[in-house]
Amino acid sequence: MSVDKDTVRRIAKLARLAVPEARLEPMAGELNGIFQWVEMLGEVNVEGVPAMTSVVAQKLKWREDRVTDGNQADALMINAPGSEDHFFVVPKVHE
Amino acid sequence: MSDLISMTLAEARDAIRAKTISSRELTGAFVSAIEKARPLNAFITEAGEQALAMADAADKRIASGQVGALEGLPLAIKDLFCTKGVRTTAASKILGNFVPPYESTVTQNLWDAGAVMLGKTNLDEFAMGSSNETSAFGTVINPWRAKNSNVNLVPGGSSGGSSAAVAADLCLAATGTDTGGSIRQPAAVTGRVGLKPTYGRCSRFGIVAFASSLDQAGPMTKTVKDAAIMLKSMASVDAKDSTSVDIEVPDYEKLLEGGIKGLKVGIPREYRIDGAPAEIDALWTKGAEWLKAQGAQIVEVSLPHTKYALPTYYIVAPAEASANLARYDGVRFGYRAEGVRDITDLYEKSRGQGFGAEVQRRILIGTYVLSAGYYDAYYSRAQKLRTLIKRDFEQAFEKCDVLLTPTTPGPAFGVGAKTSDPLEMYLQDVFTVTVNLAGLPGISVPAGLSENGLPLGLQLIGKAFDEATLLRAAQAVETAADFKHSPAKWWSV
Repeated sequence: MSVDKDTVRRIAKLARLAVPEARLEPMAGELNGIFQWVEMLGEVNVEGVPAMTSVVAQKLKWREDRVTDGNQADALMINAPGSEDHFFVVPKVHE
Repeated sequence: MSDLISMTLAEARDAIRAKTISSRELTGAFVSAIEKARPLNAFITEAGEQALAMADAADKRIASGQVGALEGLPLAIKDLFCTKGVRTTAASKILGNFVPPYESTVTQNLWDAGAVMLGKTNLDEFAMGSSNETSAFGTVINPWRAKNSNVNLVPGGSSGGSSAAVAADLCLAATGTDTGGSIRQPAAVTGRVGLKPTYGRCSRFGIVAFASSLDQAGPMTKTVKDAAIMLKSMASVDAKDSTSVDIEVPDYEKLLEGGIKGLKVGIPREYRIDGAPAEIDALWTKGAEWLKAQGAQIVEVSLPHTKYALPTYYIVAPAEASANLARYDGVRFGYRAEGVRDITDLYEKSRGQGFGAEVQRRILIGTYVLSAGYYDAYYSRAQKLRTLIKRDFEQAFEKCDVLLTPTTPGPAFGVGAKTSDPLEMYLQDVFTVTVNLAGLPGISVPAGLSENGLPLGLQLIGKAFDEATLLRAAQAVETAADFKHSPAKWWSV
């Protein structure tokens, strides 16, 4: 299957990534090169093979359900590109 | 001063303990070597002042008799590990001004052992690359040059700043991370040792995430013994990383003793690839002979799904990356685009301007393979392939204790030589990526020089959580190879 310009535009939208119009066509070419190469996985018979869920056999750890951290509002805000009184400031979401 | 900086980690540790040198002296020598080596661009952030303060604190502890495992030893840290109060960029514009309010567990373990931080090393953006050329902070230059040549070469990637720093004597050792070969490949092309531990051996907490099921931190060092010392301090079980494993961390340095008599070394026949240079094959054969001469038994094994590893990786890793990198949206931290219409425009433009070309390409691949209608054909199939690749190793390890392979398909290449075709760059990881997919430990050891005078490495692959045997075999290769070469310090004249 082949990726075209419109497909790139659609996945860029899904990824919330602004790809300039002029880059769509070359990007489609690059992605096609990669997807044609991975097509070789199609030749392997994977019937009955379980998909890997964890590379190291391990039961997911549980911890006690209690608060272990918090009250870090100042630390959380130090890298904010826009903030006011412990709020992140963004452009208007609703008119 | 040059003899101070060319010491191994073990030598420096012993000299500090014997009080023949102070941490301040040693750290000062590295700080000045780093300043002179700026043409290499190995560091994104130099932390000279902080390093000297940490050295003074270490000297005080030494005077009072408190000596940690790495007391007073200056290290370089890949700029993918969050360091509290010190800018951490992942070599991306999108994190260009990010100052973490917390410390990664691996680096905290190093500071708890008394180590000193010299600075943060350059890397491929978000660790995505094999040449350090995707960094938003510029390419790192390999300290090595080919015979009779002034052409700048790449230091490998993604941990290229760390590999260059270790090879150029800008630190005693460095940390790296390895998702598809990012510790072992740069170590190989700079003539140094690089160890990727078993998945779960080191905590991933505080390491900027690329592909969470593959990422693992590890040491980059001058010797195998140094790697053993570093791993002991880096590894831990950590409540902040549920995938870190609760298995005791042994004294790897002590376990280096004992030799390799009777060790079974597997040679996977599928790693003989068409078009690989003859010198790679010759070095590999030599490596097997070295081990045999020390009492190991060489057995041929088969890893039938090897050729599917790279394409599997280029589905799994971008898929995880596209999810992990969704957090960079210009809202809570990181780069924010100016002059936007609305919130969606803010996300799209911040990400479009903040991420470099390779990162964008991988986000798009990942988004595509996870999107409705394609998930089964790509992602789900790749995860099944991963099971088969891991099974190959399990079957091979029924017949042997470690595997021996080349680390890279060739020596360091020129800056810009492989940037036009992403696939050609991806092939750099052809021998290393299988190890990440199977979660196993792997190490690259410098084994010889190419025809044009550049370092080449051999890779050993071990059983899960058997780093001790892996390191012992690696030391046997190191002893036989007796690789004593170092690059000429052309940058500091």
